[in-house]
Amino acid sequence: MLDVTRSSPPIASIRGLQVAFCTEDGPVLGVKDVSFDIHPGETLCVVGESGSGKSVSSMSLMRLIDYSGGIIQKGELLFDTGAAAPVDLAQADQALMRQIRGNAISMIFQEPMTALNPVFTIGHQLTIGLKLHKGLNSQDARARALELLQQVRIPEPDRRMTQYPHEMSGGMRQRVVIAMALACEPKLLIADEPTTALDVTVQAEILSLINQLKAETGTAVLFITHDMGVVAQIADRVVVMYRGDKIEEGPVEAIFDAPQQAYTRALLAAVPRLGEMQGTTLPEPMKLVGEAQSTSAPITGTDDVLLKVENLKVRFAVKGGLLRRHVANVHAVEDVSFTINKGQTLSLVGESGCGKSTAGRAIMRLLHPQSGQVILDGQDMMALSKRQLRAARRDVQMIFQDPFASLNPQIQLAEQVAEPLRNFGNRRDPAIMDRVATLFDRVGLPRAFMRRYPHELSGGQRQGVAIARALAPAPKLIVADEAVSALDVSVQAQVLNLMMELQADLGVSFLFISHDMAVVERVSHQVGVMYLGRIVELGPRAAVFENPHHPYTRALMQAVPIADPRKRHLIDSLAFRPIPSPIKPVGHTAEPSQYQQVGPDHWLLTNNHYDAADASQTN
Amino acid sequence: MLLGYALRRFGVAAVTLFVAVTLMFVMIRLVPGDPVQILLGPRATPELQARLTAELALDQPLLRQLLIFYGNLLQGNLGVDVFSGRPVTLIVLEQLPHTLRLIFASVLWSVPIGILLGAYAAARPNTLFDRVSAVISVGVVAAPAFVVALLSLLLFSVHLRWFPAIGAGEGFWDQLRHLVLPAFAIGLSWIGYIARIMRASMLEVMGADHIRTLRALGVAERPIVLIYALRVAVLPVVTIIGVGVGFLLSSAVFAEIVFARPGIGKLVIDAITTRNYPIVMGAVLMSTALFVTATTVADLINAMLDPRARAGK
Repeated sequence: MLDVTRSSPPIASIRGLQVAFCTEDGPVLGVKDVSFDIHPGETLCVVGESGSGKSVSSMSLMRLIDYSGGIIQKGELLFDTGAAAPVDLAQADQALMRQIRGNAISMIFQEPMTALNPVFTIGHQLTIGLKLHKGLNSQDARARALELLQQVRIPEPDRRMTQYPHEMSGGMRQRVVIAMALACEPKLLIADEPTTALDVTVQAEILSLINQLKAETGTAVLFITHDMGVVAQIADRVVVMYRGDKIEEGPVEAIFDAPQQAYTRALLAAVPRLGEMQGTTLPEPMKLVGEAQSTSAPITGTDDVLLKVENLKVRFAVKGGLLRRHVANVHAVEDVSFTINKGQTLSLVGESGCGKSTAGRAIMRLLHPQSGQVILDGQDMMALSKRQLRAARRDVQMIFQDPFASLNPQIQLAEQVAEPLRNFGNRRDPAIMDRVATLFDRVGLPRAFMRRYPHELSGGQRQGVAIARALAPAPKLIVADEAVSALDVSVQAQVLNLMMELQADLGVSFLFISHDMAVVERVSHQVGVMYLGRIVELGPRAAVFENPHHPYTRALMQAVPIADPRKRHLIDSLAFRPIPSPIKPVGHTAEPSQYQQVGPDHWLLTNNHYDAADASQTN
Repeated sequence: MLLGYALRRFGVAAVTLFVAVTLMFVMIRLVPGDPVQILLGPRATPELQARLTAELALDQPLLRQLLIFYGNLLQGNLGVDVFSGRPVTLIVLEQLPHTLRLIFASVLWSVPIGILLGAYAAARPNTLFDRVSAVISVGVVAAPAFVVALLSLLLFSVHLRWFPAIGAGEGFWDQLRHLVLPAFAIGLSWIGYIARIMRASMLEVMGADHIRTLRALGVAERPIVLIYALRVAVLPVVTIIGVGVGFLLSSAVFAEIVFARPGIGKLVIDAITTRNYPIVMGAVLMSTALFVTATTVADLINAMLDPRARAGK
């Protein structure tokens, strides 16, 4: 296939592109000098971390960069419009660009939740491009729009036409955006992180959809992503970018098998790959390229129980009607039980809305559980008075997803790390700053950072500060809620290693909440897979990952894009399975969770509603 | 779905009106001083005082007074004017159209200009147009309605003699001519206010992902701004206009006095100075109803424009 695409002339050819942004501190180069070609019928993946200039390149090709304050300073953007000679889009005026956008080149974006106009119907938005570029009248455009909705496999296309975006799920909206992009049969489809905001099973559907549509229509795809797993699954060729420059380019197998550049090798080493822990039973830090590592031994932990959670239930009231009466309950966490041993990590993994974060907050009593028992180191958390609870919270600390939002932008970092110490101890204790300094050492941050503010640090460094703050009162348990999800992959690896190192040295336990199966595999001793408020499978990491029993666990693992181009498994997974609603009327009594033992400490939920969801496929 | 929303919204409006009117009724009764004495003067005979007290039901307990008041209200009876003896309902309804016309005219000319000014400025941020419109907007917001009213009166009717100075006029065209200056005076600061809010809202929308989607589809800037962005950006402005009609009502009081126009504002001022309580109560009731109606209509328009609003609570 590559040979065929090589011989034909490129459909688009970026030559020596340089893009600058005007900022208050003068012009900043978003892209320094980038060249690559896209051939008809191929999928070219541009991969890089945040700030690498991968989106800037594609936005430049569409000349949408003009609207974000970017200026194309140098270079050519040659595009084959079918005329004798390719057109240089860098020199084109906006009138010509309007004829090309949405017609010859179209684009899909990262955030399906906001990519559609909230006050126009799906039908209207689908027909905009058709009327504009193909001159169709309303009737013909509508007919074609229906066809498109079928093409992107949206059930009940007729009904969808009159719906508004807020009535559809994220995956459905992304299909609509794809349908809009395909409406005029573009020669080039640019997909800018189209699955990053989606759940992993929905991501699998969208990726295979893009792949199938590419095969059906023969359009070239320029796919921009930070996720090496996605690259391995769909790319024909790969361009690796770093800080505004192209680092490496080549066929996907070559990039994964024999990366030429140090950066590419480091990037690949940082990617946790599902299945790479096979044969081991304990988590161990990742081996990173060019990083000095103190420990990389497996972390054993102990067999002493630290946290015991039993029959935890959390419900949120849904208010409705004129008088805002209590009309229904969201069964966010339904009869969940698990234990965490001292010095070990239990992960709760699942898709958005499965109740994993709610469970994490409930055990800290940050929100009020309906019922259940939480026993931390022999102390019943549910029975504590307000005063006792405050003292008990010293033993449980949290790390949040977004380190920028979880740190106060106006307080010096040293003070923020000192806050829990002051909160739980003597406010004026002169030893506090010494302790803060050792905490900064502990998480590998220079002491000079103590006097800085959050905006002066990178994302990974900020998360380091958040970890130092969580460690400050010497907690027994740290709840890490999607603590590495917002970080670039190389930074993510460093933060994960830091957390594991701290566990090995300090014996702290983690409740690790994540949607990412590969990360969970790397860090966990125990794993609980959550679906619709319940743990559907619970057991030692090796047992759950190597011998998954529950169909949902299997579906979740199948949906993970594996960072190996020889293991392409996402191509045909178009099974659409919406998660049923966790909202039940008032007075609904949920049946208790029943488990069957399928291995040592390995439990499987037997009364699950996962298969029943097939029958009620409505959305 | 829109019908359901409208019904719910009307329910809320009815409850709001009930609470507001009850509160007002109680507050007026709690004001110290015997209204009968103030109305009749110090030399009134005790018999006369007793008769009026009974007439106004002031000898009854407060709850009963309230029930009587609501009973009368449901029959459209707001009591009688203490001086002329004419039904208050009639007097208020006579004056109401003048005020409604004034408010309507002010909204009609100021809101479209404010919205377009703000939208246009936001579509070209930091250009000369944007900066000039910002200066003008803040300038007119800062100018109080009564000052604008007096100045425009001096300039356009005393000096230039383009428009009549006082009264409401007779017949359609004459009334329209009489409406120009007061509507200008109280609408002017509205332009600035709405333009500022519209600009902020529009700026936010122009940076939204769905606008980028349209650009990526090849849609030209003009329809993007005038159709797609405007439809979203105008939503918060609609709500603000609904609430703002209440403020226009207080501006209208100034305009009606400066231009000696008939209307609710003038009626209230006159009634308060003469302690004519039934009229005060009637006029206040009417303005409350006007305010509740305006916010309800704004919410309904919002629901028509925004499918999310009618789906939500």
